[in-house]
Amino acid sequence: MRFVLKTRYGQDIDLFRHNGQRFWYALLLVALLAAPWVLGDFYVGEVSLVFIYAIAGIGLMLLVGYTGLVSLGHAAFLAIGAYAHAWLLNHGWPFPASLAAAAAFTATVGALVGIPALRMTGIYLAVATLAFAEIVEQVITRWESVTGGYRGMAVPPAELFSVSLLDVDVFYYVCLAVLVACLIAALNLLRSPSGRAMVAVRDSEVAAQSMGINLARTKTLAFAVSAGFTGIAGGLLAHKIGYLAPDAFTIVLSIQLLLMVVVGGLGSMHGVIYGAIFIGLLPQGIALVRDAAPPAVAQIPGLEPGIFGAILILFLIYEPLGIHGRWVKVRQFFTEFPLYRKATHRRQRSYLRTERVR
Amino acid sequence: MEVLQLLISGLSLGCVYGLIALGLVLIYKATETVNFAQGEVMMLGAFLAYTFVNVLGWPFALGFVATLAVMGVVGALLERVLMRPMLGEPPFAALMLTIGLGFVLRAIAGAAWGNEPHTLRTPFAGDVLRFGELVVGTENIAIVLGTAILCGGLYLFFRFARVGIALQAASQNQLAAFYVGIPVQRVFALVWALSAMVAATAGVLVAPVSLIDPLMGFIAIKAFAAAIVGGFGSLPGAIVGGLIVGVVEQFASRYLPPGFGDTSAYIILLVMLVARPEGIFATLQRKKV
Repeated sequence: MRFVLKTRYGQDIDLFRHNGQRFWYALLLVALLAAPWVLGDFYVGEVSLVFIYAIAGIGLMLLVGYTGLVSLGHAAFLAIGAYAHAWLLNHGWPFPASLAAAAAFTATVGALVGIPALRMTGIYLAVATLAFAEIVEQVITRWESVTGGYRGMAVPPAELFSVSLLDVDVFYYVCLAVLVACLIAALNLLRSPSGRAMVAVRDSEVAAQSMGINLARTKTLAFAVSAGFTGIAGGLLAHKIGYLAPDAFTIVLSIQLLLMVVVGGLGSMHGVIYGAIFIGLLPQGIALVRDAAPPAVAQIPGLEPGIFGAILILFLIYEPLGIHGRWVKVRQFFTEFPLYRKATHRRQRSYLRTERVR
Repeated sequence: MEVLQLLISGLSLGCVYGLIALGLVLIYKATETVNFAQGEVMMLGAFLAYTFVNVLGWPFALGFVATLAVMGVVGALLERVLMRPMLGEPPFAALMLTIGLGFVLRAIAGAAWGNEPHTLRTPFAGDVLRFGELVVGTENIAIVLGTAILCGGLYLFFRFARVGIALQAASQNQLAAFYVGIPVQRVFALVWALSAMVAATAGVLVAPVSLIDPLMGFIAIKAFAAAIVGGFGSLPGAIVGGLIVGVVEQFASRYLPPGFGDTSAYIILLVMLVARPEGIFATLQRKKV
């Protein structure tokens, strides 16, 4: 257990609490930079996919975990980012400019979705984002001159500083760099007044409004930023999958993204990373089990989403704080060893009341 | 004549949306959670009826009653095992849980009955009635009649049974309802059972029109639109909303360019949420501090 005596405000908002953290994060970064030399091409590709999921997860976490707005339609933002990026590349834009423009475009769409969402809370918002995602899917299917419709759309090979992104290792480093940049941007946003306002809105809209927070501005900003990050992830995902088709961005993907932030742990950026690792590696794990299982079990259609659903249910009932919450509890158990009290993390139950008149 | 024909098929489709929405609203009214697995519960009911009637060869009426009974137990069990631990947790967690439940139910159905579509043998399908130029399938009539009977029954139940009032109390303030002696948890179990039975009825009625397969539950997404148009939390609103969504969908897919038919429900939903989020039959008031 380490106590940090804070003597300056700068220490309070510092991204790292003490030098020990700086050391370990630097070590992690070195390990990630060295990974392509150790891992085979297949695993390097899988880890890049985990990075892409993590970038999308940052966006969704800002919205769900920090602002408290549930979105069931984030696959739509992923799709918009992917198609915008591929379209711009096809029209001769260089990779960095195209990715940035795709992110900006997705953020604009996110802000537009956010405006009607201001009046909704809870389930209404969840259902509205779901409807939005369905409409986007239809638009992508029907707008053939831009998206190629059902036939899909090939993602042109891109270059960064005249190095081809088709190379697995190069793509890995690009994803890593974008992920680190996004993480730093998100963490900086969260310690700024705008980020603090988001957390305040999550905890109590009424209290936040009383303290002078502009609800409309905060929620729209949260939607725009969230969509922007997801758009970046979409652009990278386009390169990863190589060929865009509308059936790659269905509601199942939206729910997988939501599963990622819930299983990782709502309200923490660590949770995003844990969740992304979980989501990225689970299909591999299921494939391993499937090979070992008897054919009668292995052939069940929809087995994979079923297992996803079961894991989601178990986490929600037994560990609502996700992997990150479990890790915090385990760490606390050891740092306070004989004195750990289970009640420290007991959740406060709040029973529902409504304003319904009939 | 074409307009009338479209109207009739729209109404019968709308009744199906309305019935699913009814199950959603029942649960929402009592427990303040939205059951995103409602479509999958309906799918389960349809598969059960298929098992009883087609596989075991029972007469339709007996199979239907058995389906209702089994689905009631299933609904109560879902509440007891999955939803009760979520009592007092944030509503978002319960919502996510029902989404997970939907995936699990779909996988279970795929494992038990396979992915090929099945047809349910019913006494009311396959025939047509002719009124002049108008041709109406008997299954459409059965859907409308079944919905009307079910709604009448539910109305009487909530009008005359004390449970209806208990349900309202439990939804307005869970803790206070518990303190004044309403068995809140048992009321919730009852509502889940009731909702599963309504969903099973919807599943049996829709089975002759759309085939039974594990993915049939996805039409519940359109039932959300129906529920919101009617004002989430109002039982007649759910049916009216369902009818509106069904009729608009039929007309949109006939007269508008392709793509609008499938999305019309979502467009109605978004327009409704922007214009009048509380729905036609408003049951919410602005929160006062």
